[in-house]
Amino acid sequence: MSFEAPHFSSRDAVVCRGIGKTWAAGTKRAHEALRDVDLDIAPGEFVVFLGPSGCGKSTLLYLIAGLEEATEGLVWSFGDLVETPSPQRSLIFQETSLFPWLTVWQNVSFGLAIRGASQQERRAVAAEALQRVGLKAAMDKRPDELSGGMRQRVAVARALAMRPKVLLMDEPFAALDVQTRARMQDFLLDVWRDSGASVLFVTHHIDEAVALAGRVVVFTSRPGRIKTIVPITLPRPRNLFSREAEALRIQLTELLRDEVDRAFAEQEAMGATA
Amino acid sequence: MAVVERGADEAVAAGTSRPAAVSRVFTAIAGMDWLGKAAWTCLSVGLFAGIWELLWAVGWADPQLLPPPHIFLSNFGEQGKFFNTATRWQVGNSMEGPSAFESVMITVAATTMRVFVGLVLASVLAIGVGVAVRYWHVFDKLVLPTVTLLSPVSPIAWLPVAIFLFGIGNAPAIFMVVVALFFHMVLATIAQIDGVSHNLINVARTMGASKGQIYGRVIVPAILPGMLQVLRMNLFGAWMVVLVAESTGVGYGMGQVIMLARNTFNPSLVFFTIAVIGVLGFGFDWLLRLVQRRILYWLPDTQEKLRVL
Ligand SMILES: Nc1ncnc2c1ncn2[C@@H]1O[C@H](COP(=O)(O)OP(=O)(O)OP(=O)(O)O)[C@@H](O)[C@H]1O
Ligand SMILES: [Mg+2]
Repeated sequence: MSFEAPHFSSRDAVVCRGIGKTWAAGTKRAHEALRDVDLDIAPGEFVVFLGPSGCGKSTLLYLIAGLEEATEGLVWSFGDLVETPSPQRSLIFQETSLFPWLTVWQNVSFGLAIRGASQQERRAVAAEALQRVGLKAAMDKRPDELSGGMRQRVAVARALAMRPKVLLMDEPFAALDVQTRARMQDFLLDVWRDSGASVLFVTHHIDEAVALAGRVVVFTSRPGRIKTIVPITLPRPRNLFSREAEALRIQLTELLRDEVDRAFAEQEAMGATA
Repeated sequence: MAVVERGADEAVAAGTSRPAAVSRVFTAIAGMDWLGKAAWTCLSVGLFAGIWELLWAVGWADPQLLPPPHIFLSNFGEQGKFFNTATRWQVGNSMEGPSAFESVMITVAATTMRVFVGLVLASVLAIGVGVAVRYWHVFDKLVLPTVTLLSPVSPIAWLPVAIFLFGIGNAPAIFMVVVALFFHMVLATIAQIDGVSHNLINVARTMGASKGQIYGRVIVPAILPGMLQVLRMNLFGAWMVVLVAESTGVGYGMGQVIMLARNTFNPSLVFFTIAVIGVLGFGFDWLLRLVQRRILYWLPDTQEKLRVL
């Protein structure tokens, strides 16, 4: 397999070229999740992934994070080929993933502990990161003492403490109530602006996409391909009740509806043959 | 002034006495919780003993074959003498031999020591090998088939090997405990490692943790609760095996007492020894649970969750 010299600037935060991913490739259980994904993400860009359930959004984030290998194509980040995970690209998982045996601040500063930072430094960094998610008071608690939303905020703080250049977020606010989610979105926009990191954000909520995104990448049903990319130029903070926002909502809903219908039909068919 | 001060003193005294009283009540309740547990344990054992006594009272349990607790526990002095099976002490009422109580204690200490040393050796070796199997692929290929092959072998089959290798004394008994637990514990360790959440491992990977760091900081803490559970289960296994080992290879120990009881047809002594082993096993288990709660402070109390069902 050979690839042409990539046509992109080495300053791009993430570059995906011809990405395909087949789980359990070469076996009877082979399962194609992604096909032919080309995507360029600039430094400091906020990109939202939207697509039917099971279309490979999480898979794509895993590939960009370097946790899984693509079966086709290559991923670059700031000019370097992505082969292994790196602290430059932090992933916030769809499920809570705090270490239950560590306190909140120890969880947040886990990455620093790996690098052998002193306890003092770790505590200071953790305090700062927790301050930003409004959980400084919970520093010494254990994860099982927190609510689901608080745990997700700790996970955000843990990702921020690494000062990543690319923040990969897999439905981080899915489990939150509407008000908390709105606050977390505001907070995320603040953090994003301060840090200058690129954010790749997966969501099922069209409202969330309209509130946050600079570009919305809409995926087809499985195998996931990029159906369209919808740029949103409205200035933030956005008024979700404006006419422009309403138009975007309608446009995105329409784009998604076909794909979700198709995904359902396919999953039904799969269930019937199995 | 003096009056005012006295009034203030009294107020302070009253103020402190109230929280003190409250805290006394709380400690009393906490104490009662502990007492309650003890009471339930006594009741559980008492119920079992009571049924036995009842069977004896109505004449269904032959006291020659199934002597009830009040018979086999009654003459401690007589029973204790049988524990003095070591040849280096005179059997029976010699002047030089240890007293009945001392004999029991020596025997109990010897057996407990073998269980403890065997258990510690087996755990350290098994966890080490289990982790190494997952850490180094080659080690996995080299070691795992043999471990799997040997794990169904009954400890009885190892008994002659223990005697060939170690003759008599502590070593064969400890070897027996280790060999009986080791293979299962290796497999249990591997199963625990395979059960660690991939998300947790992936979090560590994205933060740039090396393989060694992932094992040390994620996998080992994550398997600790399961491993302590495995250890607790195997504690009972160790108690079972040590009796088998002691019944042949060793000069003294609980297993020897059981053999003596069998050879001299003494059911009272058998049940007395069983009672002692039961108490020891219970004590060990209690200690291990205590350690478990200390080390695994982060685990939620699942027992509590099940109770509300
Ligand atoms: N580890 C895996 N092994 C095998 N197949 C997998 C694995 N992870 C995901 N898949 C499959 O790949 C497809 C895409 O999964 P993915 O988790 O990326 O979907 P998603 O778009 O994130 O869905 P959702 O919105 O429901 O989270 C699914 O059909 C899923 O069954
Ligand atoms: Mg997903």
